[in-house]
Amino acid sequence: MKYLKETPSQTAGPYVHIGLAPRAAGFDIFKQELGWDIAGPNAKGERIRVEGCVYDGTGAPIKDVLIEAWQANADGHYAHPEDGRGVEDGFRGWGRVITDFDTGLWGFDTIKPGATPGRNGTTQAPHINLWIVARGINLGLNTRMYFDDCDNSDDPVLNLIEQAHRRQTLIATRSEGDKGVTYRFDIRIQGQDETVFLDI
Amino acid sequence: MKPAEYYMRDRLHHPPAKSENYKTSVTRSPQYALLSLENSLSEITGPVFSHSDIDPLDNDLLKNYSHSGDPIGERIIVHGRVLDENARPVPNTLVEIWQANAGGRYRHKKDTYLAPIDPNFGGCGRTMTDQDGYYYFRTVKPGAYPWRNWVNNWRPAHIHFSIFGAAFAQRLITQLYFEGDPLITKCPIVQTVPDADAIDQLVAKLDMNASVPLDSIAYRFDIVLRGRRSTLFENRLEGN
Ligand SMILES: [Fe+2]
Repeated sequence: MKYLKETPSQTAGPYVHIGLAPRAAGFDIFKQELGWDIAGPNAKGERIRVEGCVYDGTGAPIKDVLIEAWQANADGHYAHPEDGRGVEDGFRGWGRVITDFDTGLWGFDTIKPGATPGRNGTTQAPHINLWIVARGINLGLNTRMYFDDCDNSDDPVLNLIEQAHRRQTLIATRSEGDKGVTYRFDIRIQGQDETVFLDI
Repeated sequence: MKPAEYYMRDRLHHPPAKSENYKTSVTRSPQYALLSLENSLSEITGPVFSHSDIDPLDNDLLKNYSHSGDPIGERIIVHGRVLDENARPVPNTLVEIWQANAGGRYRHKKDTYLAPIDPNFGGCGRTMTDQDGYYYFRTVKPGAYPWRNWVNNWRPAHIHFSIFGAAFAQRLITQLYFEGDPLITKCPIVQTVPDADAIDQLVAKLDMNASVPLDSIAYRFDIVLRGRRSTLFENRLEGN
């Protein structure tokens, strides 16, 4: 059996924004911008905002990063034929976001996902799958964001992290204010409090 | 279709996170080992796109930002197939590209290179593969451009590619280079890829048969995404 080899990755570079999020970058070329609406108008569940910064190994915010999110709906169903359990009309579960070029802050609006099936009959605590690309990142970084107001104690992925204190790097912090519910999720690419990244 | 796992990503075939000669990677690379996961539903699923998400002209960079005529530059066709590691086509998947204009300048507020913006060139496009995994773009050949790394670094002419596949585990961003470009061997970003055969996968080949006489030169660029096993998970997923 002859297999092909996967095409090697290359960095997304400094100009990823015009390619993947042109409107967000102030560039009007396509009729439809993709990825700005994760949940759609009909999704049930709690409407939330997710915000954060991505920091480099010196502690500086990375201002040219692009993040993609992939998540289940409030029932824990993915909008994909291999899940097949169905989602609300207009729910895609996918989005992409770039940071503010001055501050490095990013944020997206969505709904809080439900628990999803894990392997071998386990249940995965609610989470949003994230993929991070930027200049200087040679191969996109995968991680997950969990919720600090959920019971994460039996999550099979969090429990695989050998150093228990590092599990905390994958858990977002909830706050409630005038603008509704926000989860803060900072990502540290390198260093002492480095986020746990996943080889998926 | 029942869930089956994707083949382990061969990380020795990809650039390491930290490549000393590509300076920006030094502080943007995790120090700790990645946590390797067996696939769950979260990884074998991924966003689904349809033709209604894009416009038919989105794959024609000669026309999709044309205001007073065609852009300046060498007219080219970039085409190929998206396959998986089993050599099966990846149909109906979204392919997005972005690139500099013929002078090596991006239409991006952070790009301050001397070469001028082309009023008729946006520099990005997107398309969906057909049932055979085939895709096609029309554009101009991008110019080489200087970048701050060592004092005299030039990127070879390149087009950035983003490919989705059918699963979040297949998500990939890469760059296309052009056969015969002498800057390929000098570029610290290209050379983050450790293996010469792997670099050759990034080099589009001149394709005379697909060229349109008196109109456009074609380059062929096939893309390979991760393949998957034909056997199912050991245990059924809950709810499936
Ligand atoms: Fe580039």
